[in-house]
Amino acid sequence: MLKYTIRRFLWIIIVLFVVAFITFSLMHLVPGGPWDREKALAPQVVENLNIKYGLDKPFFEQFGNYLWGLLHGDLGSSYTYQDRSVTDIILQGLPKTATLGGVAFLLSLLIGIPLGMAAALRRNSIVDYISVFLSTIFASIPGFVLGILLIILFSVTLHLLPTGGWGSPKQIILPAIALAALPAAYIARITRASMLDVMRQDYIRTARAKGLQERVVLIRHTLRNALIPVITVAGPELAFLISGSFIIENLFSIPGIGRLFVQGVFNRDYGLIMGSILFYAFVVAMVNLAVDLLYGVIDPRIRYE
Amino acid sequence: MAVIEETVRPHHTLWGDAFIRLGRNKLAVAGGIIIVLVALGAIFVPLFSHYGYAKQNLDAILQGPSWSHLFGTDELGRDVFTRLFYGARTSLVVGLFAQFIVVAIGVPIGAISAYAGGRTDNIIMRFVDVMFAFPDILLIILVRAILGGSIYMIFLAIGLVAWVNMARLVRGQILSLKQRDFATAARAMGASGRYIVLRHLLPNSLGPIIVVVTFGIPRAIFAEAALSYIGIGIPPPAPSWGTMIRDGYGVIFAAPHLVLFPAIAVGILMLAFTFLGDGLRDALDPRLRH
Repeated sequence: MLKYTIRRFLWIIIVLFVVAFITFSLMHLVPGGPWDREKALAPQVVENLNIKYGLDKPFFEQFGNYLWGLLHGDLGSSYTYQDRSVTDIILQGLPKTATLGGVAFLLSLLIGIPLGMAAALRRNSIVDYISVFLSTIFASIPGFVLGILLIILFSVTLHLLPTGGWGSPKQIILPAIALAALPAAYIARITRASMLDVMRQDYIRTARAKGLQERVVLIRHTLRNALIPVITVAGPELAFLISGSFIIENLFSIPGIGRLFVQGVFNRDYGLIMGSILFYAFVVAMVNLAVDLLYGVIDPRIRYE
Repeated sequence: MAVIEETVRPHHTLWGDAFIRLGRNKLAVAGGIIIVLVALGAIFVPLFSHYGYAKQNLDAILQGPSWSHLFGTDELGRDVFTRLFYGARTSLVVGLFAQFIVVAIGVPIGAISAYAGGRTDNIIMRFVDVMFAFPDILLIILVRAILGGSIYMIFLAIGLVAWVNMARLVRGQILSLKQRDFATAARAMGASGRYIVLRHLLPNSLGPIIVVVTFGIPRAIFAEAALSYIGIGIPPPAPSWGTMIRDGYGVIFAAPHLVLFPAIAVGILMLAFTFLGDGLRDALDPRLRH
């Protein structure tokens, strides 16, 4: 187990190194430098800026310096916000993105798992049909479209909730629903399929035959086994939600990492773009590792070597 | 005396069966019909609308839906109904051509990886793993920033990022088909590895490839809408549903229909492709074949 964890961890470091290298090379291919403004800067100013940010050095030296910074938790410098480093900026956006993502994740579990369970337990009933129908629809509509429909219904027509912004609990409701719908639909689908599969197993019949209460059979025997595939789906979804659905953040004007990234693109802020991509890749890799390790805890049959 | 009639077992082909099964799937048929209708509308929009996508009428701005403007007009007095169908051109073209690039990159790489095996396979698959570590929409934005300008570059940006799924699928298909008897038979008859891959293994992977393409189209449509929404998609005045949402959002309280219709259009078209993809996947799955 320990050996497996270490090997996976080393692999993550290699992946992040390659991701950093590819992103770094790509950014050197972008036409136009970070100092392109509406009004051209004086050549001497550009030269000084290049020296300040080390952009006058050869490619590999720049990359080496960047990596050295990464090892110290420094994601480099932003070319737009000259007073703050990329690490500062991401840490500033992270609480908002993570709060929104966390709320959306809980919401998707709270909707998805019961919906999938209900559908499996009442198979071929009206409950099942409604559940399958809803999860089919919401699994293919992007949160972006749902968010717009929610804004039009609850903000524009009913005047119940604000169209966006950050700070009050009211402002988190619509974006959280918009973000949660798709993972909830997936989770409901997987829960249903997995429950149906587990319910056919012999050990469930055995549990019933030895006279266990239906509730115990359902929770201890069925649900626990049925949730293993759900974790596979939920893990990456969590990573996706926490690291920021940039388009939902833009739609609802939430100053999280996703919104910062888009601003970075507009300002040609390569430092910020690169930092965001690396940060995202890191979060996804760590969550996936955590999910794989969690398997072993939930299902002792799974062993890693 | 009863006469036993001679019956001939009707001839079944994989594709014929698949088509019949697809026809029984109501959602898939509905999805297919919607796609055909949207495509026809997108192609023939100049015939049934005399407005044109860029024609402004400053005497009739921000009007709600009416008989002369079915879906109303936008902040420059342009007909929303007409612009929606021109926008459908953008969405469909991006969806299809991005998948064309996905196939053009993903299929050969997957096939080479499976065919070569050993170290080559290992290196290619590790690279694919790394590509999966990238946040795809952020990478599309970055590639888009590098490639710049035109609509062709949007196909390329999406295709360059989305091919990894296809490569992985094709590799898996070929590795599993390689073990089948017909591949062994071909090898026994002296066929070269390359011939077997091109002539036997790839054609047999066509079903799953089509399914992946069908699911890839709505994702590409969404990617284009998202790029246009944040303002780095199709350059104006060419209409894109993403751009229409972006432009309409500023006046959402005065004229919600400007945002509502394109948003619904994105949702419906993506839903239609997903339904069709679900149907195709079920229809082409040989395990369900009677």
